[in-house]
Amino acid sequence: MTDAFTLERRRRALHGWLLLSPALIMLATFAFYPSLATVITSLWSRGTRRNPAEFIGLENYRYLFDDPTFWQVVSNNLFYAAVTIPVSMALALVMALWANARIPARSFIRTAYFTPTVLPMIAAANLWLFFYTPSFGILNQIGALFGAGPVNWLGQPDTALWAICVMTIWKEAGFFMVFYLAALQTIPPDLQEAAEIEGASRWTYTRRIVLPLLMPTTLFILVNAMINSVKLIDHLFILTKGGPSDSSKLILYYIWENAFAFFDRPSAAAMTVLVLLLLGALAAFQFLVLDRRVHYR
Amino acid sequence: MSFLTLDGVTRQWKGQGGVQGISLALPRGEFLSILGPSGCGKSTLLRLIAGLEQPQAGRIVIDGRDVTALPASARNLSMVFQSYALFPHLSVAENVIFGLKVRRVGRAEREQRLAEVLTMTGLDGLERRKPSELSGGQRQRVALARAAVAERPLCLMDEPLSNLDARLRHSVRRDIRDLARKLGLTVVYVTHDQGEAMSLSNTVVLMQDGRVEQVGTPSDLYSRPATTFAAQFIGEPPMSLIEGPALGYPDEVTVGIRPENVRLAAAGGGDLDTVVADIEFLGGDTRLELDQSAARGLAVMLPGAAHIGIGETVGVTIPEENRLLFNSVTGKLEKEPQQNPKARNRQIPAPEDGQKAPPSPKTVKEDL
Ligand SMILES: Nc1ncnc2c1ncn2[C@@H]1O[C@H](COP(=O)(O)OP(=O)(O)OP(=O)(O)O)[C@@H](O)[C@H]1O
Ligand SMILES: [Mg+2]
Repeated sequence: MTDAFTLERRRRALHGWLLLSPALIMLATFAFYPSLATVITSLWSRGTRRNPAEFIGLENYRYLFDDPTFWQVVSNNLFYAAVTIPVSMALALVMALWANARIPARSFIRTAYFTPTVLPMIAAANLWLFFYTPSFGILNQIGALFGAGPVNWLGQPDTALWAICVMTIWKEAGFFMVFYLAALQTIPPDLQEAAEIEGASRWTYTRRIVLPLLMPTTLFILVNAMINSVKLIDHLFILTKGGPSDSSKLILYYIWENAFAFFDRPSAAAMTVLVLLLLGALAAFQFLVLDRRVHYR
Repeated sequence: MSFLTLDGVTRQWKGQGGVQGISLALPRGEFLSILGPSGCGKSTLLRLIAGLEQPQAGRIVIDGRDVTALPASARNLSMVFQSYALFPHLSVAENVIFGLKVRRVGRAEREQRLAEVLTMTGLDGLERRKPSELSGGQRQRVALARAAVAERPLCLMDEPLSNLDARLRHSVRRDIRDLARKLGLTVVYVTHDQGEAMSLSNTVVLMQDGRVEQVGTPSDLYSRPATTFAAQFIGEPPMSLIEGPALGYPDEVTVGIRPENVRLAAAGGGDLDTVVADIEFLGGDTRLELDQSAARGLAVMLPGAAHIGIGETVGVTIPEENRLLFNSVTGKLEKEPQQNPKARNRQIPAPEDGQKAPPSPKTVKEDL
């Protein structure tokens, strides 16, 4: 009997491993191994044909911390995140509340809001390139109507990053709205009726009932938005290429430059490790702190 | 002076469903049940009173104030939803005092009213729980407590017991009645369970297809159903209907009889001969269901256990004085039994104040 029992347990364990293996293999090949390789690369010097790579410990990181461009890029990215995340989330929430209300042409509005999301980032960037173009771009033409002089939105350090932020918000808000809209539709309408009978205004209902019930969605969107603020750089290639004078350069773009334009793999690897650490910390924060404060149904 | 008045209230969707031309008057402190089969417009009517739905025609007056155009929040009433409608992220206590907070009632008074109402509904000790951590009956009580704590003079309830098991249903039913009495509430109570309506209320409104079929005290509805629909909806088991010619009446008559008034006789010795179709032992009584080509739902109640087999032929006597005569075309009551019906109402306990003098058959008809 014990034999049969052991056999059965082994069979189950085998079964479990078999089921796990596809995911495990994929993750190992495409996530764990590259991460590990990156960490290792970041600890070695840049090898050339004449002097091969050697182990230099944290030298690459020190070099990075002495690089003013790195700090410029970090602060750019922080600014970019601090502007795009709250604005696009707030906009998404407002649009969702509106698109969820009983209004005429509701499905048209939903579709209209969602359209930017469907466009590939590159296509959207080309569109906005046309908006931003000096003198004959749409923004300047509208400005001209009101007597404003032409502005080279993408061409000057003061406005380039803002221009990038605006485009990102335009692109992301519709996407986030869909999540909010889906969450709003799971809230039973009788909650609003109950609140109404209790004398709650629309605003009170939104603040005391809807927003708390949307917290899981908000958290999900927040995590997505944070990841996107590091991950989405396609539009930089079209709009500014990080310029002028690095004023709109984001960290992933800088990593790409280091790795594939300057062929400084160790620097790129060191930066990648730092980004991984940051994202890991964010994930931990989400799981350990925020999750406890959120009501899941 | 009535507290709640509906005057020709109509609400339909593309000319279908909903309710049409409902007129009602309800004195202060009354317990009114709206009874009817599924889809007859009970919820619609309640939502119209609450202001969650706008009437297309008619007027609604609460406490002398025309509220037809007012939003729900301005009507000074509370409501218990069929689905509870508890706020899932708030604890029991927060759910109950939500409305008080909205209306900026002071903290001390809030705490005091909360404690009172939790004791009254037997929810002590559950204040910190979330609705998802409560049983169905407890959730129901929270919904009741939320309505009670508002201390609004009018309370609307939409099938508040429909999700409970039979025992809980009984105890919550008692809670509701006690609560209404203690707080002097005027209650409008929607149900499709005729037993619930009969045992709880002073007045029952029976609805069908968006219209009022009959309004009356529970004993009225039981002993003098205005139509064959009312006769078949009220009572457990409901009234049996027999085609007139089988009992020597003209064609356009249908005879109604309560099963407890039917007597068994020897085959060939009664008014009708029937075949026993089913025997149901109910503990105190036994119900025989009888097959007769001219009768619908014919049954007889026997005390104790029956010594008759299925398929046997038996005769039944339909006592003259208990017969209700309906018009078989319109379904309306033409002639009610001669006897004082109260003596026979052993099925449904009449409420204490349901002892009004029965109206004449003429008024019953006008109620339609
Ligand atoms: N929003 C609506 N749109 C269209 N028809 C509706 C709507 N609400 C209700 N109806 C129709 O009105 C009729 C009455 O509905 P109501 O909900 O009042 O029934 P009810 O008596 O409460 O039934 P139940 O006992 O099943 O709850 C139904 O035929 C329903 O289909
Ligand atoms: Mg209903």
